[in-house]
Amino acid sequence: MKQMSLTHVIFGRLALHSLPFWSALQHPTLANIVNDTIASGAAGLVVVGAAVTVGLITYFGKWRYLWTEWLTSVDHKRIGIMYIVLAFVMLARALIEAVLMRTQQAFGLGGGFLSPEHFGELFSTHGTIMIFFMAMPFLIGLINVVMPLQIGTRDVSFPVMNSVSLGLTAAGATLVMISLVVGKFSTGGWSGYPPYTEITFSPGVGPDYWIWAVSLSGIGTMMTGINFAVTIYKRRAPGMTLMRMPLFTWTALCTSVLMIFAMPPLTVATVLLALDRYLGFHFFTNALGGNMMNYANLFWLFGHPEVYILILPAFGVYSEVIPAFSGKVLYGYTSLVLATMAIALLSFAVWLHHFFTMGQTAGVNATFGIATMLIGIPTGVKIYDWMMTMFRGRIRFTVPMVYSLGFMMLFVVGGLSGIILANPSIDYQVHNTLFLVAHFHNMLIPGLLFGMLAGYHYWFPKAFGFRLNERWGLASALCWIFGFMFAFFPLYALGLLGFPRRTVAFYNPIYVPYLAVAEFGALIILAALGCLVVQLVVSVRQREQNRVPGGDPWNASALEWSIAAPPPDYNFAVLPEVTARDAFMVAKEHGTAYLPPERFTDIELPRNSPLGMILCVTAAFATFGLVWHIWWMVGLAMLATIAAVIWHGFVRDYERVIPADKVRADHLRWLQTVGAIHPISRGEELAQENAGLADLHETAEAAE
Amino acid sequence: MNGDTLDNPGFRLSAIHHHVDREDEVRFGFWVFLMSDAIIFGLIFATYATMIGATAGGPGPKKLFDIGSVAIETGALLLSSFTFGMASLALLYRSGRGVVIAWLVVTLLLGLVFLGFEVHDFLTMFALGGSPDRSGFTSAFFALVPLHGLHVTTGCIWMVVLIGQMLRYGTDEDVRLGVQRLALFWHFLDIVWIAIFSLVYLGGLA
Repeated sequence: MKQMSLTHVIFGRLALHSLPFWSALQHPTLANIVNDTIASGAAGLVVVGAAVTVGLITYFGKWRYLWTEWLTSVDHKRIGIMYIVLAFVMLARALIEAVLMRTQQAFGLGGGFLSPEHFGELFSTHGTIMIFFMAMPFLIGLINVVMPLQIGTRDVSFPVMNSVSLGLTAAGATLVMISLVVGKFSTGGWSGYPPYTEITFSPGVGPDYWIWAVSLSGIGTMMTGINFAVTIYKRRAPGMTLMRMPLFTWTALCTSVLMIFAMPPLTVATVLLALDRYLGFHFFTNALGGNMMNYANLFWLFGHPEVYILILPAFGVYSEVIPAFSGKVLYGYTSLVLATMAIALLSFAVWLHHFFTMGQTAGVNATFGIATMLIGIPTGVKIYDWMMTMFRGRIRFTVPMVYSLGFMMLFVVGGLSGIILANPSIDYQVHNTLFLVAHFHNMLIPGLLFGMLAGYHYWFPKAFGFRLNERWGLASALCWIFGFMFAFFPLYALGLLGFPRRTVAFYNPIYVPYLAVAEFGALIILAALGCLVVQLVVSVRQREQNRVPGGDPWNASALEWSIAAPPPDYNFAVLPEVTARDAFMVAKEHGTAYLPPERFTDIELPRNSPLGMILCVTAAFATFGLVWHIWWMVGLAMLATIAAVIWHGFVRDYERVIPADKVRADHLRWLQTVGAIHPISRGEELAQENAGLADLHETAEAAE
Repeated sequence: MNGDTLDNPGFRLSAIHHHVDREDEVRFGFWVFLMSDAIIFGLIFATYATMIGATAGGPGPKKLFDIGSVAIETGALLLSSFTFGMASLALLYRSGRGVVIAWLVVTLLLGLVFLGFEVHDFLTMFALGGSPDRSGFTSAFFALVPLHGLHVTTGCIWMVVLIGQMLRYGTDEDVRLGVQRLALFWHFLDIVWIAIFSLVYLGGLA
């Protein structure tokens, strides 16, 4: 008989045994000690990391600065930067988990050192974090920083909602981090398939952590999609027709539309699973009419468009980087736009290829197999367009370009393995093996991650006003590229040899050499992350030598380069008038860039709002309470959420005005700075002299 | 800044202006949200459709549904859409804050009547052994119909908040935008209810 004691009312399911070192204290076997030491070490890192961060902020007295300049800011650039910071923090955790898993498998002949439960938690958090809390924040952050600048506007359509989206995503990430310290995360993988994740088979808190973290991220992302799509539809500068938009903005638009339509299935899937677990519903249970196939359909109705949500912005980055560092106009703009739209549409017609083996007829499988192969066509068009852009161009092997080249070669390999998997009869042979793991990492690391890192290097000077260190960047890029090849090409072979995915241990020594090579690759990737960290530290230290106040370090063509770096709060002193594609390049060629505007007007900007941070905190508490069945906490947090939203509805004075005189003074001072900068040619752009002004003679020659 | 340059074509629906038309933007954003919300309802409708037969030996529609009560709910909700329309017209023709609030209060009361009868329906179903943990069918029912009810509840709270804002600020731009968006939301819920009435209730009893 379960009694509702007072402790149970206050703490729910939370108890001492929720701590990661508890089982080692109770049953000090070697396996328990090893696993708990790793788990406690990770938990300790989270706690110490948080404590050190809080301590440093307090020591330097930066709380007010952090609150007023960052956390409550609704400036799209700052929100974007915060998203990317979140992405890097989560990347570090999930990458370390990946190395741990590789190490386990490398020593996994006959056992290894991790318990199956621990290994299950690792692959579940790794996937969940990499998709929802690394990739999504990274691309949303990049779009936030860049897209409004590219279309010539001062902010997104709904700046406060932008901050709320960030708050919800951060709350979800917090929940995943908390799961390291108290309780255990799901062992059901990033896709959380029932009936395994149902209460019957997973009675612990793990799937609940997963459900609420993912739900928060899903709701935040849906709002982001609405925000970006409306911004692009409604806020383009005068004259910027759809077919004059930079390609990154096009991909941002397609990704946003996918977010609007593909995030709801995820929310439905996770909420229905929660109803099963919390209230005894029977959606996906084995008994009483439940049907887990509904979950598979719902999840992949989200899951497949999701991979294009991830990849399209990366395609957008490549479409900016390759022309900039080839000194040419993007080849085949229209075909790239059409290919992007085609991919976005087709992405809704292929979800079933994630479960070819789950009992459909051959006819259904064949239909989805053909639809899947069709996606190869527009993607192929893109690869050819990028190659033609490079053809006879003035190519410089800068870091973003190295990533782009690595992407083009490796992504084609991944795409071909995808075409192989799209054939249902082959899929029957290799599904659920490391072949699949190799395939989707081959798409997501060279495709998505290289794109994000290329974008990070490319736009960093725009966001912060100084260039990143090139040498460490190059080291990191090469480590990523070669580390990827070592870590994942053996997995194709292992998959064909029948090595199942998510396997903690094995008993056939033939796998060992392949896994050893993969382990070596994983360590190179870890070094790549290390290089990125060193690069950031070195770049910040050397920032004075590498400043680019002119704002155009790469002689690029879209509007974001036409303003100072870092841009003023209001982005554009006067909203640009667009007459052609590649608006800034055209202005440079015609000599109309950097001309003082005739008149300035007052600029209205949104004021800071604490709503996003309030909802971040209440959402974190509400979901933590839900995970641990602490119902008073859930109730209070929900009430606080509703109260905050209602309070926000009563706020009226939400805009501040920047007077025209100040705008004029700032802008003329910047033009003066630009006038004093020595223009540099494309060949010199990596030299210290590059202060962000391109040699316009060279530009004009290229135009002829 | 001449008027005949092609200014923000595509989905820019309003007249040609060089500044962003905030009202137009907010309304458009809400339409996009409704599209997303419609996907959620669509998916749960689809889930319901696959689970109609999954009664697992438990009670089915014929035993659980009371068409009389549902008819009253439908009447109340459809009538509330009409009264909300009157509130919108009062706002459009600036008939005064009192008239707008009066029509909104009528709408709110009709919404509460709807919710009251709906809760009564649910309690009846529980008493007949049709609680959500009984079968796949009851689960799907209790995901779909209360989701709509939850939306109506949200709409009711929103209505009270808007009335509060109106008492505080009069019918300023934010209040007008709020009422316009709530109107879209309310009529959208009506359409969803018509689908629920046809598919779940009429379909279930046919």
